[in-house]
Amino acid sequence: MTEPIDGAAAHPSPNYILIWVVLAVLTAGEVAIAFVSHLPQVALILILVGLAIWKAVLVALYYMHLKFEPQRLKIIALAPLPLAVILVVIVLSEHW
Amino acid sequence: MTIAAAAMDRGTSSFGVYNVKLGMWVFLLSEVMFFTGLIGTYIILRFANPEQFARPGEVLNVPLTAANTFFLICSSVTMVKAYAEIERGNQQGLKRYLVATALIGMLFVGIQGVEYWKLAHEGFVPVAALYKAVGRHAAEAGEAGAVGAAVLGGPLYGTTFYTMTGFHGAHVTIGVLCLWFTVYQAYRGRYSAQNVAGVEAMGLYWHFVDLVWIILFTIVYLI
Repeated sequence: MTEPIDGAAAHPSPNYILIWVVLAVLTAGEVAIAFVSHLPQVALILILVGLAIWKAVLVALYYMHLKFEPQRLKIIALAPLPLAVILVVIVLSEHW
Repeated sequence: MTIAAAAMDRGTSSFGVYNVKLGMWVFLLSEVMFFTGLIGTYIILRFANPEQFARPGEVLNVPLTAANTFFLICSSVTMVKAYAEIERGNQQGLKRYLVATALIGMLFVGIQGVEYWKLAHEGFVPVAALYKAVGRHAAEAGEAGAVGAAVLGGPLYGTTFYTMTGFHGAHVTIGVLCLWFTVYQAYRGRYSAQNVAGVEAMGLYWHFVDLVWIILFTIVYLI
C-alpha cells in the first residue's frame, strides 16, 4: 500500500461489516430487553447502559480507528472521559 | 531543526498523526464535554422530577427511532468503507460510499423531522400551556379516544427531549452538509491514496455523531 504523503499511517482494515452486524444485533437486543424483559429497573438500566457503552466503544475502536492509533493520541482521546464522569457525578450529587 | 519543527514541516503533529486529524480529535473532545453536560442535566432533571417523564414507548415512538438508529449505524459503515476505498486508491468506491452516507444521513434527519411533527401534533411540546401528550395508545385511537385520557409526563419531558435530540440532529445536519462538500471534492479528484486526510476527518466527525446517538437513544428512548 502506498504510504500517504499527508502523514496518515495506513490503518489495518478490520471486518467493518461484522462490526456493523454486531452493532445492529446489539441495538435490536437493547430494544428487546427494554420492552420484553421484566427485569428490575436498576438491572435494566445497568444492562442497557452497558450495551450502549459496548456499542460506543466498538464505533470508537474500529470505525474511528482508535485501536490502531499511536498511544499518545489514544491518551488524548480518552482524556475527557474522567472529566465527563466527574461532571456527571457532581451533577448527580445535586440530587442525592 | 527540532523534532516538533520537523513534524510541523511535514504537516504532522508531535502526537504522530497529521494536524487535520489531531485537530478533529481535539474538536470532538470538546463535543464530548458538551453532550456530557446535556446528558448529565437530563439525568438530574429526570431523577428530580419523575412525574414529568413517561415510561419508555408511552409517548415516544421507539420502533420508528430504532429503525432510524439502524440507518445511522448503516451510514457509519458506508462512511468507513468510503475511507477504506480511498486508502486503496479506489475513486469510484469512495464516491459511491460517500454519496450513500450522505443520503442515509438525510434519511435520518428526515425521519427525525417526521417524528417531531407527529409528536408535536400529539401534544408533546416543550411549552407548559400547550403540553397535552396522552401517550401512543390514546393518540392512535384518534382524537375521540384521546379525550379525557390522562396526560403523560410534563413539559420538562418535551424540553429535555427536544434539546438533546435537537442538538444531535443539528450535528447530523451539519455533517450531511459537510458530506456533500466531501462528495463534491471527491468528484473534483481532491482525494487519493496519498491524500486521505479530508475523508478521514469527515469520517471521524460522522462516527462521533453516530456514537453520541447510540448513547442518546438508550438514555432518552429506552430508559
